[in-house]
Amino acid sequence: MKEKPIIEFTDYSFQYFTQAEPTLYDINLKIYPGEKILIVGPSGSGKSTLGHCINGLIPFAYKGEIKGTLKIKDLVAAEQNIFKLSKIVGTVLQDSDGQFVGLTVGEDIAFALENDNVPTEEMHRIVRDVAAMVDMEHLLNSSPYELSGGQKQRTSLAGVMVDDVDVLLFDEPLANLDPATGKTAIEIIDDIHKKTKKTIIIIEHRLEDVLHRDVDRIIVVNEGRIIADMPPDELVSSSILTDIGIREPLYITALKYAGINVKSDMHPSHLQTLKMDTVVEPLQSWYRSIEKPAKEEEKPTVLTVDNLTFSYDGKRKILDNVSFKIREGEMISIVGKNGAGKSTLSKVLCGFEKHESGKIHYYTEDIEHRSIKERAEIIGLVMQNPNQMISKAMIYDEVALGLRLRNVPEEEIKPRIEKVLEICGLSPFIDWPISALSYGQKKRVTIASILVLEPKVIILDEPTAGQDYYHYTEIMNFLEKINKMGVTIMMITHDMHLMLEYTPRAIVLSDGRILADTSASVVLTDPKLIEEANLKETSLYFLAEKANISDRTSFVQSFIDYERELRKKQ
Amino acid sequence: MKLKLFSYNVIDTPIHRLSGLTKLICFLLLTFAVMYSYDIRFILAVMVFSLIILKVSEIKYSQIKIMIIYLLLFLATNFILTFLFSPEYGVEIYGTRHDILKIFGRYNLTLEQLLYQTTKILKYASVVPFGIIFLLTTDPSEFAASLNGVGIPYKVAYAVSLTLRYFPDIQRDYQNISQAQQARGLELSRKAKFMSRFKNSLLIIVPLIFSTLERIEYISNAMDLRGFGKLKTRTWYSKRKMTNSDYIAILVSLFVFTVSVLISVFINKSRFFNPFI
Repeated sequence: MKEKPIIEFTDYSFQYFTQAEPTLYDINLKIYPGEKILIVGPSGSGKSTLGHCINGLIPFAYKGEIKGTLKIKDLVAAEQNIFKLSKIVGTVLQDSDGQFVGLTVGEDIAFALENDNVPTEEMHRIVRDVAAMVDMEHLLNSSPYELSGGQKQRTSLAGVMVDDVDVLLFDEPLANLDPATGKTAIEIIDDIHKKTKKTIIIIEHRLEDVLHRDVDRIIVVNEGRIIADMPPDELVSSSILTDIGIREPLYITALKYAGINVKSDMHPSHLQTLKMDTVVEPLQSWYRSIEKPAKEEEKPTVLTVDNLTFSYDGKRKILDNVSFKIREGEMISIVGKNGAGKSTLSKVLCGFEKHESGKIHYYTEDIEHRSIKERAEIIGLVMQNPNQMISKAMIYDEVALGLRLRNVPEEEIKPRIEKVLEICGLSPFIDWPISALSYGQKKRVTIASILVLEPKVIILDEPTAGQDYYHYTEIMNFLEKINKMGVTIMMITHDMHLMLEYTPRAIVLSDGRILADTSASVVLTDPKLIEEANLKETSLYFLAEKANISDRTSFVQSFIDYERELRKKQ
Repeated sequence: MKLKLFSYNVIDTPIHRLSGLTKLICFLLLTFAVMYSYDIRFILAVMVFSLIILKVSEIKYSQIKIMIIYLLLFLATNFILTFLFSPEYGVEIYGTRHDILKIFGRYNLTLEQLLYQTTKILKYASVVPFGIIFLLTTDPSEFAASLNGVGIPYKVAYAVSLTLRYFPDIQRDYQNISQAQQARGLELSRKAKFMSRFKNSLLIIVPLIFSTLERIEYISNAMDLRGFGKLKTRTWYSKRKMTNSDYIAILVSLFVFTVSVLISVFINKSRFFNPFI
């Protein structure tokens, strides 16, 4: 690559006016035309800020102080404006729902053209051509509500490609996508890269998923600095990822557990390219050495769901004859593609929606006649976005809300709050305003405000969405802790790692029916099930295949058991 | 079940094919025509016309059920209240008195009052279908394009269509938040006292505002990044050319409007049709 870089940071620092410290320090980075770059880093590392600098949101929408220079296509970025930069750098934001400004696919793709005063007829022609590039030409008149996650991604991509930009910037493209759609999204990006030779920059912390297809370089950002800039093979063989709290690919973790020294000449960045000659022997003997844990005794059933059926319009069934049992102290994943009925199931269990037929029993009590408020005392629901739950300024008041609304006397409220904040690790913040908390801490406040009502079962909707590995581990360890205290936990999730590592049992939903109700290791090694429910095989499955281990499910299960033992020792 | 108030439905009828601007102009002309006249013969004719248009635009009863129920409720209340507050207004207008029924005290039902109130009810009942047709057959973005076409700044016009675009999302947020807060013990039903109901609704409004602000920041970034507001003008993907049927529709509405005025001026010599003299 002897060409001139298309993006060049020189001794670049940036500090938001609203922040006391700079967010980026001494950035020196060159990106060349046609490269495909992945930028990784934990939450708050500055990787999104770096992206904002490239697309011009910094300094034009978010003000702050810049030191050093950033040149984009030989132009000093700070002297341009956001519109000029948007002709060079096209940005696909993480929430493809939120950035859908048009009422139809065609209109959304046309948005940039409209703003450029392109005549209506010509606009229709360009939109058709670009839509064809992403296979969306037959859906031009569809509204965003009719599209799948992948189709929304394609639309967003087309919307920035109408401008014939040089650089495509993807800001966390995998957030909010189910595993199979995420995989497709990475494939679409790769195809576009091969077809158009545009420069691609992907900002994402889900490294293994991005590495489903090749990238040229990975740039690691931590605490506002670039700490590594190297090819993927080199990076995954180093210890950088685990040091800063980014999850390395799961098969790499397995190799390390087996005592294998992962080196870059083994080409470990993809499982397909991984050289197996020094791997098979130690991996097999590690696998054989793992002991099966003793079976735990069966606890009494806390929740029995029988033939539950629900629909919004009386025709299309959102839940269709759903039956399962939950035992005391279980930790369960509910998985399936978007629209499979996962959220509806949680709403019906909490009494937000009335089921048409079927029964829900709490121990032996039929809870049909309990109101929403009364059900909340046995089944609590934690929503995905903490901002949708928090309605008070102070932590104490927020957690007290449910009790005060139930007319619990103040003198009884105080000890209960102190106890629950203690469990949630929030005791030091008891008198703090909520606005001073981080996202993860806010999440714990919402969990605390549900826990304080002492429900027997808690349902969490995507508890770890958008969290990096460090915060993910923090939240999950916390949930494991309250689970050990006897709270039964059900989690709606798209995160296959979460399902594999923390929940022994998974319920798979598809089109409102239960496809499977079995152990996570079975679900993630069953190709048919994976296909039907838009899930994704774990890489451990393919690792086992490559290492000639015949019982792949048992290999995956052994990996989980081994990790659980490790966690217990900590 | 979700309440979908402004759900524009995509089907192809002659009414849907008209441009948004045409429909706005026709709506205003027809409304004015009906509001101006108190001639029951004319109003009945317009009402039949509006029902025919409603039929042509293939709007299903299920879509407008809730609106119709509220309308009937409103009309009934209006009817009763008008009678309670001014039972003699009909006599005053028409200048004659034909008693039908003596009810109580000063409340005598007269033929004049009955005609006046029936006319008034029919006026509402014939305007509302036009409103429904306008809301349900107009593509919001196309409407924004039309507004911009008649000289309204495009940022204002776009705000209209954006509001309609995000209305369902915010409705859904509201529902989710409300359910979650009810689970925490919030009482929204009539069981609670007025003041506490007001305070309780704040518990939903606050998170709704914060999550909506989050959404707005996100959308405005997305729009900035794609060049919204760069130039003084913009073009529209969903803009429709005015066709012959647009002109015909406007002419028809203009005709109805003129008839309304002419009847008042030349035939009735007032806004009221008076059969009693």
